[in-house]
Amino acid sequence: MRFIFKTRYEQDIELFQHGGQVFWYGLLMAVLLVAPLFVSAYVLTQLSQACIYAIVALGLMLLAGFTGQLSLGHAAFMAVGAYTQGVLVTAGVPFFVGIAAAALFAAVVGIIVGLPALRVKGLYLGIATLAFGTIIEEIIARAEHVTGGNAGLMVPPVSLFGWRFADGPSFYYLCLAFALAATLIVINLLRSPTGRAFVAIRDSEISAQSMGVNLAFYKTLSFAISAAFAGVAGALYAHNIRFLSPDQFTVVQSIELVMMVVIGGLGSVHGAIYGAAFLIALPQVINAAKPMLPTFLAEATGLQPTVFGAVLILVVLFEPLGIYGAWLKTRAYFDLFPFYRKGMFRRQKAFQKSDRLK
Amino acid sequence: MQFIQLVISGLAQGCIYGLIALGFVLIYKATETVNFAQGELLMIGGFAGLFAATTLGMPYWAVIIVAMVVTALIGFLNERIILRPILGQSAVAIVMVTIGFGYMARGLVTMIPVIGTDTHSLPVPFRGEVFRFGGLVISAEHIVIIAVTVVLCGLLAALFRYTKIGIAMQAMSQNQLAAYYMGIPVKRLSSLIWAISAAVAAIAGILLAPLTFIHANMGFIGIKAFPAAVIGGFTSLPGAIVGGLIIGVVESLAGFYLMEGFKDAAPFLVVLAMLVLKPNGLFGERLAKKV
Repeated sequence: MRFIFKTRYEQDIELFQHGGQVFWYGLLMAVLLVAPLFVSAYVLTQLSQACIYAIVALGLMLLAGFTGQLSLGHAAFMAVGAYTQGVLVTAGVPFFVGIAAAALFAAVVGIIVGLPALRVKGLYLGIATLAFGTIIEEIIARAEHVTGGNAGLMVPPVSLFGWRFADGPSFYYLCLAFALAATLIVINLLRSPTGRAFVAIRDSEISAQSMGVNLAFYKTLSFAISAAFAGVAGALYAHNIRFLSPDQFTVVQSIELVMMVVIGGLGSVHGAIYGAAFLIALPQVINAAKPMLPTFLAEATGLQPTVFGAVLILVVLFEPLGIYGAWLKTRAYFDLFPFYRKGMFRRQKAFQKSDRLK
Repeated sequence: MQFIQLVISGLAQGCIYGLIALGFVLIYKATETVNFAQGELLMIGGFAGLFAATTLGMPYWAVIIVAMVVTALIGFLNERIILRPILGQSAVAIVMVTIGFGYMARGLVTMIPVIGTDTHSLPVPFRGEVFRFGGLVISAEHIVIIAVTVVLCGLLAALFRYTKIGIAMQAMSQNQLAAYYMGIPVKRLSSLIWAISAAVAAIAGILLAPLTFIHANMGFIGIKAFPAAVIGGFTSLPGAIVGGLIIGVVESLAGFYLMEGFKDAAPFLVVLAMLVLKPNGLFGERLAKKV
């Protein structure tokens, strides 16, 4: 068990709390950096995809996990970013300008989608975002002269300062850099007044309001930032997949993104990363397990949704903090050995908080 | 004439939306949770009916009953096993659990060897028959859908109005804690509500079968029933049906008079307008939080 003895106020806001963290995160970074030397091209594509999902997950975590606003339309923000990037890069706009435009455009759409959040909350908000997501998907499918409609849109590989990031490793490093930047932005945001305001809104809108937090401003801001993250991720996704069509950004996709942050662990930055890794790893694990299953199971198209659904239910029932919560418990167990008690992380008995008080 | 024709087919489709929305509202009123798996319950009802009709060779009325009983049982068990332990958790947690249940239901159905991802048609006695009134041509399927919906709404209204259980459910939906203190078995009732709403979904599934066939993804229609429930106010049973009818008619008219693509987006445009103008819906109660 490590006790941190704080002697300066600056210690509170340091990125790494102690040497152990420097070591482990440094090791993770080193492993990720040398990964292209050891893994196959396929795995590398999956790693790039994991970085991309991590960026969406961080944005969604900010919105759902830290501001408490449920969004069932995040795939639509990704779509906005992806198509912006696809169309602009095809037209010859430089990569960074395109990605900035993707982020900005997604943020603007996010603000528009966030407007209902000022009047409705909870499940109504979920339904409003779901409605927006469906409408955006439909617009993309119909705006054929810009987006190619259902026939799809081809996206060229990234080219940067005359360099072409066409091969696996260079694109992977690009995604990794963006994911790292996104993580740092979120961590920094969360310890700023803005982040505190988000958390206050999540915990109680009424008390946040009475403490002087401008609900309308911060909710819209949260939507905008979250959508911008999704937009950047969408832009990278466009370069990774190289082919965009509206059916890649459906409501089902949005729901899967929310599943990702819930399984990872709502309300933690780690959870976003774990969730992204899970979303990428699960299909691989299922594929690897297929030869061991009876044929009628292995050949069923529903195998993956079933496992996904089961994991989701189990996580919510037994580990409300998701993968990150499980890790916290394991760590506490070894930290405190042999004094760990089962009740340490017991959920408080919750009574249903009714919204119906009149 | 064409307009009336479109309105009638819209009403029939709207009845389906209304019935699914009714399921949302029943559960929301009683337990303040939204069941995202309502569409999947509809799909399960459809398959249960298909099994009863083709494998067991039952007549149509028996098919409806079998589908209702099977689905109600699944709804009951779903509440008992999966949802009861997390009652009182945040709304997101409960929504995620119902989404997880929906995923599992959809996946498991495709694993049953004879079903897979194929579409199946449910044999119905009135297939293909049409009625002509003046210049109107109305298919029997539409008439059956509207008639069954009317009867079902009547039965549910009677249940809530005149039976002890129904009145207990009303009490529970007004104030769970007070109802509990009055000796109403709140937990048992909420299982029962899930069973009823699953049975309603099963009927919707059987009614929908002649229009869209039965397949593993038919539950996605549930997504279009959310707008119906929101328009009705999410807490009003007649509101859910009215909302469903509005969505059905709007969709039907938009599909014909507006350009392509509006048909699928129309329900969502309507619900967004509703949320901006009147977030509590047509028949909803005003909800304000007391500090």
